Amino acid sequence: MATHHANAVLPDEPEKATLEGKNKLLGFWLFLGGETVLFGSLFATFIALRDQANGGPTSQELFDMPLVAAATLLLLTSSMTAVMATLALHKKNLKQIQVWLAITVLLGLGFLGLEIYEFMHYVHEGHKVSTSAFGSAFYTLVGFHGGHVAFGILWIILLQVSATKKGLTVVTAPKFYLASLYWHFIDVVWVFIFTVVYLMGMIGGKVG
Amino acid sequence: MSAHASHAPNRSGLWDWLTTVDHKKIAILYLIAGGIFFLAGGFEALLIRLQLMYPESSMVGAKTFNELITMHGTTMIFLAAMPIIFALMNAVVPLQIGARDVAFPFVNSLGFWLFFFGGVLLNTSWFLGGAPDAGWTSYTTLALNQFSGHGVDFYVLGLQIAGIGTLIGGINFLVTIINMRAPGMTFMRMPMFTWSAFVTSGLILFAFPAITVGLVLLMFDRLFGGNFFNPDAGGNVVIWEHLFWIFGHPEVYILILPAFGVISEVVSTFARKRLFGYSSMVFATALIGFLGFMVWAHHMFTTGLGAIANTLFGLATMLIAVPTGIKIFNWLLTMWGGQIRFTTANLWAVGFIPTFTIGGMTGVMLAIPPADYQYHDSYFVVAHFHYVIVGGLVFGLFSGLYYWWPKMFGKMLNETLGKWNFWTFFIGFHLTFFPQHFLGLMGMPRRVFTYLKDQNLDMGNMISTIGAFGMTIGTILFVVNVFVAASSSKRAPADPWDGRTLEWSIPSPPPEYNFAQTPLVRGLDAFWIEKVAGNKGMTPAEPLGDIHMPSPSFLPFLMSLGLFIAGYGFMYHNYVVVVIGMLVTFACMFTRSVKDDPGYHIHEDEIEDKGVKA
Repeated sequence: MATHHANAVLPDEPEKATLEGKNKLLGFWLFLGGETVLFGSLFATFIALRDQANGGPTSQELFDMPLVAAATLLLLTSSMTAVMATLALHKKNLKQIQVWLAITVLLGLGFLGLEIYEFMHYVHEGHKVSTSAFGSAFYTLVGFHGGHVAFGILWIILLQVSATKKGLTVVTAPKFYLASLYWHFIDVVWVFIFTVVYLMGMIGGKVG
Repeated sequence: MSAHASHAPNRSGLWDWLTTVDHKKIAILYLIAGGIFFLAGGFEALLIRLQLMYPESSMVGAKTFNELITMHGTTMIFLAAMPIIFALMNAVVPLQIGARDVAFPFVNSLGFWLFFFGGVLLNTSWFLGGAPDAGWTSYTTLALNQFSGHGVDFYVLGLQIAGIGTLIGGINFLVTIINMRAPGMTFMRMPMFTWSAFVTSGLILFAFPAITVGLVLLMFDRLFGGNFFNPDAGGNVVIWEHLFWIFGHPEVYILILPAFGVISEVVSTFARKRLFGYSSMVFATALIGFLGFMVWAHHMFTTGLGAIANTLFGLATMLIAVPTGIKIFNWLLTMWGGQIRFTTANLWAVGFIPTFTIGGMTGVMLAIPPADYQYHDSYFVVAHFHYVIVGGLVFGLFSGLYYWWPKMFGKMLNETLGKWNFWTFFIGFHLTFFPQHFLGLMGMPRRVFTYLKDQNLDMGNMISTIGAFGMTIGTILFVVNVFVAASSSKRAPADPWDGRTLEWSIPSPPPEYNFAQTPLVRGLDAFWIEKVAGNKGMTPAEPLGDIHMPSPSFLPFLMSLGLFIAGYGFMYHNYVVVVIGMLVTFACMFTRSVKDDPGYHIHEDEIEDKGVKA
């Protein structure tokens, strides 16, 4: 009877113990494949337009390594804490999951705070969406990523709150697993943004 | 058991349709909505042809003409062809792989409603200051504010909403086909239609995000002061072309592959033969899917990408003729020596083969860059893509609809009316589009609202318009046939065509749980194998037991409605409306995440009561 409502014993790797869980895992990986094309298109657009400052501030003038490095540090660390949460999931320890995810959320919020500060600073410097093609491409790519981070934070908080009532089950386990998968994905995207937008934007001058 | 609601929620009428998560009902929703959009797009086409019937005609005028061609193309591709393909995929794929449902019934319903509301939003532009008028490709800078009206905003937002629906629909089918196959249904035993649905879903997954990005960028430029496509501020118009065609070229394979799948099923069933060269068909389908991503720049030969790029993209394009040729020969060899029955479904399939071949041939002609400079933006191109999309896809869809109609609705379409439907549409189609090759070669550019008389264009245009009436009559006959079938009291048998695949082993229409017992698959053409072995039905792979079903939900409808409302807020810069719309959507997502769906059970005795097992 009702075997897939396991309140009693949680199976190993509870995130893929049911067909629903397996479906969600595969579907989410595929979704991330689509997201890769989405960000790939944004990156390609950015690379094509990154030197078109149109008289506004250029990337060399704007970018500030310490700030970006701090943001990167926060986000990369948050990926590690998300891994710890997944390890706790495999140990079926809800308390540990909650703690690690809470740290992940805090780090994500710190990242988001830095990004908002950064954007406000740039706008103050006269670097806006409407300033130049570079401005449009920068805010769209980095903003899309920031939007993903914000969504991830809300999602994880929601899962945490509802898990306090529901506990760790074969229904909630895949959700935790997917949220941390998503979190790693946006972390990987950030690694590319750090390289393509910031590092490449700080070296060299305008080519044309 | 205590945790489950054990009875089916009692829903009926409209409420049932608004909340259903049953793939068979969603298929019917897709078919109705797609069918209505098909009629709208067809009406637009008829107006276009009436305007072009005589030289220097002023029937609709230039402005309306631009809106008509834009909406005709956009509607037919995104709102008619795609959903009718999804209708067939929803109706057939789970049955062909022996599954009780798709992997994500809720997402399936959400995909439909997103498509539906996106399409409605796009079409409300007719009543809110004019439809989009920058062509279905919406090239910048033409599609920017200074050259195009408010209508393009509807294009940008409507297609974004509809596109998300298509994307999640594609993911749903990929997971369904990978994870939900019945025991014994290996990949190389899957029916060709399921294979084509699989490859098409993969293409959707990787192609649609590109157009989403393109539309977002265009939205920024049009609504929020962005400069992506504004050369004055350093923008680059070619980026739009790339993003559009990185999506747009795979899109034509997204459209045609399911038609290939339908033709493979129909030709094989009505030749009473196993599909010739099954494994090469699978290989060809996958190869076309792969190459489909490598050829987008052949739409941009005259953009100035340079000789090297044009050569490579030209060669890659011609390469696609090889797997496509494999398919054509395999269909011919399937019919060879078979006991061919010319039912309406098979007439469409047999009509498809030469018609599509002509379209493929002009495709290879267009793939040669220096020649393309001559054909470019002329009616030759219009003739080419209508041969592949109407002569290929639409013929394939009609074939599939006649073939699977009894399975979807439990009623047979009338064969006599069907044959009239086929012949009027088939002759009308060739009358419409065959002369357009020559109109193009004689220099008639596409997308012009009129032409001068005595330029050798009068006769061709007149014939073309007469042909359009033939297609109109054919379409009306199909609609009549639908109503005749619906009002008939005769029920379709489970297996009216002496079919070969699993969907014919269950009643027409199937019960909501599809298979009372999951079938055991013992080879390609699983049902045919059992028939040849003298068995009455499939061998079950499990004992009879309770069946768990997902609950219906109104959330997909509300979630899509929220985005629909927010879309208007964006277009009219009314941020209160944006916030309201987004709140509705997010509240639904929140509810879905927090509230688990226990589903319900259909009891063993209920299954037997319904007399499934004879």
